[in-house]
Amino acid sequence: MSQTLSEQILSHAAGRPVRAGELTVVEISRAMTIDSIAPEVIDVLHEQLGIHQIPYPERCAIFIDHVAPASSLATAQAQVRARHFAREQGIEAFYDAGQGICHQLMVEQHLVMPGSVAIGSDSHSTTYGAIAAFGTGMGTTDVALAFATGHSWLRVPETIRVNLTGTLSPVVDAKDIVLHLLSRVRGDGFTYQAVEFHGAQALSLGSRMTLCSMTTEMGAKAGLVPPDDLTRNYAPVPDWLRVEGGADYEDVIHVNLDEIDPLVACPPAVDNVVPARDLADVHVDQVFLGTCTNGRLQDLVAAAELLRGRRIAPGVRMIIIPASHAVLQAASEDGTLSTLLAAGATIGTPGCGPCIGRHMGVIGSGEVCLSTGNRNFTGRMGAPDADIYLSSPQVAAATALRGVITDPREI
Amino acid sequence: MNRIWCFGDDIDTDQIIPGRYSPYMTSEQDLARYAFIERRPDFAPNVRPGDIIVAGKNFGCGSSREYAPRALQKCGIAAIIAPTFARIFFRNAINLGIPLFEADLTGVLADGDDGRLDLALGQLVTPRGVHALPQPPAFVRAIHAEGGIVAYYQKYHRFPVESSGEGTDTW
Repeated sequence: MSQTLSEQILSHAAGRPVRAGELTVVEISRAMTIDSIAPEVIDVLHEQLGIHQIPYPERCAIFIDHVAPASSLATAQAQVRARHFAREQGIEAFYDAGQGICHQLMVEQHLVMPGSVAIGSDSHSTTYGAIAAFGTGMGTTDVALAFATGHSWLRVPETIRVNLTGTLSPVVDAKDIVLHLLSRVRGDGFTYQAVEFHGAQALSLGSRMTLCSMTTEMGAKAGLVPPDDLTRNYAPVPDWLRVEGGADYEDVIHVNLDEIDPLVACPPAVDNVVPARDLADVHVDQVFLGTCTNGRLQDLVAAAELLRGRRIAPGVRMIIIPASHAVLQAASEDGTLSTLLAAGATIGTPGCGPCIGRHMGVIGSGEVCLSTGNRNFTGRMGAPDADIYLSSPQVAAATALRGVITDPREI
Repeated sequence: MNRIWCFGDDIDTDQIIPGRYSPYMTSEQDLARYAFIERRPDFAPNVRPGDIIVAGKNFGCGSSREYAPRALQKCGIAAIIAPTFARIFFRNAINLGIPLFEADLTGVLADGDDGRLDLALGQLVTPRGVHALPQPPAFVRAIHAEGGIVAYYQKYHRFPVESSGEGTDTW
């Protein structure tokens, strides 16, 4: 019987053939947690499970990224605990403040491999599907149990097949593909299902990460791009992992990339999507370029191409936070950083930045932020009466230049 | 009698508890105080143990933060009833032992209604009638019988879905 990519990966991790709808226990190749959740994971391990040495430290990872560097005594104390725990448990995959965002580092540092199952205490763990891994977000207790046992339970998801055809226009981004999809299937359109993106061969690894990252915003359990030469260039792909004709898809959705315009998700929902050109009357106070969804070198380069030789509009703050130290260093070496700074943008420490409204760009009452992040919920980045719009890096750069939401094709 | 708290569709975890009020930023002791602090400031001061949340579709969407369902648990919420739940919230609530029921009572009940939950009979009794609640799958009931996944694991040293052994459990 043919299987979807998720069925293949989960069968392998379960040690027996499984099909959509089955409940199964799977081996977890990598379980990760983050500064904000690590103290809870440690408490569950020590206080509830009574475990003082985890059995597979080589299959765990901890990242200090959600408030990095620490902004308060409370966050500093939590990070001390996480550092100490990683050291005492022998967790070598520990990445301290400034190294970058967990999901970026999971891929960049090769902590997750094609065909494996990885879970994280962050919903955007779906990102790992970009390299054909089954990545999914879980809560504190599930991650603690994975640390404790090397396993987790899950329901094998049905799969939605998304067929991409055509070619993206210049200055249209992978973010626009996923915003387009959100406008069609809505924020709960893929609940409890996996998504496979076919026809993504022309998309870079960074673009694939953007696509897979955002599948959780449609309720998906995982988002995967079938392995190809780009994947094999990243890491060996198991022989058994391949697209099988006759695999059972719950639904097939066609997306013609030729027809996608620069898009924006309006507050307070990620699926509230309109063309950027329709929002020319929306003034912004802050533009934020960064996050696990759009903080990679290609995103900074795309913004720099529009900002080169220009200045951002008076009254607009443009905050750029690279997704990792490696991204920051690469942007420094290739001149991208100089271009961004010359335009009037400022640079923050690699990490999650203000995406979760905790530091480094929290917005106040009545303010408007256009962000390349993934959520525009009420109060997400600060005051509940502030507005968050979501877009590609190209729309973000064009908007910073004009001070109003702008289609980058107008620049 | 307990109180019914009604919410609309797509209640995300930032509305249940904003990231700025997480235990990481504040403290675990204060978690219950911050439930719905911006979405509905009258909730935390007035909610009582045994109260029930009735909401619209896609309850708990967004972040994986387990402190969102934990905040509601610490408030004493006895059950959450919604037509659909977002998957991570659903898992987290199962793991914590919070009863969830997939049913749409938003058009039937009003905020502030009295209600009495009968888990044994699988029903919610209100002045507007007796509302049958769908029975959760067997493995969820097994977890809840122990009070959560950690207690279950400590008792049986395995995950509940391993119990049948044939690998044919479906849901």
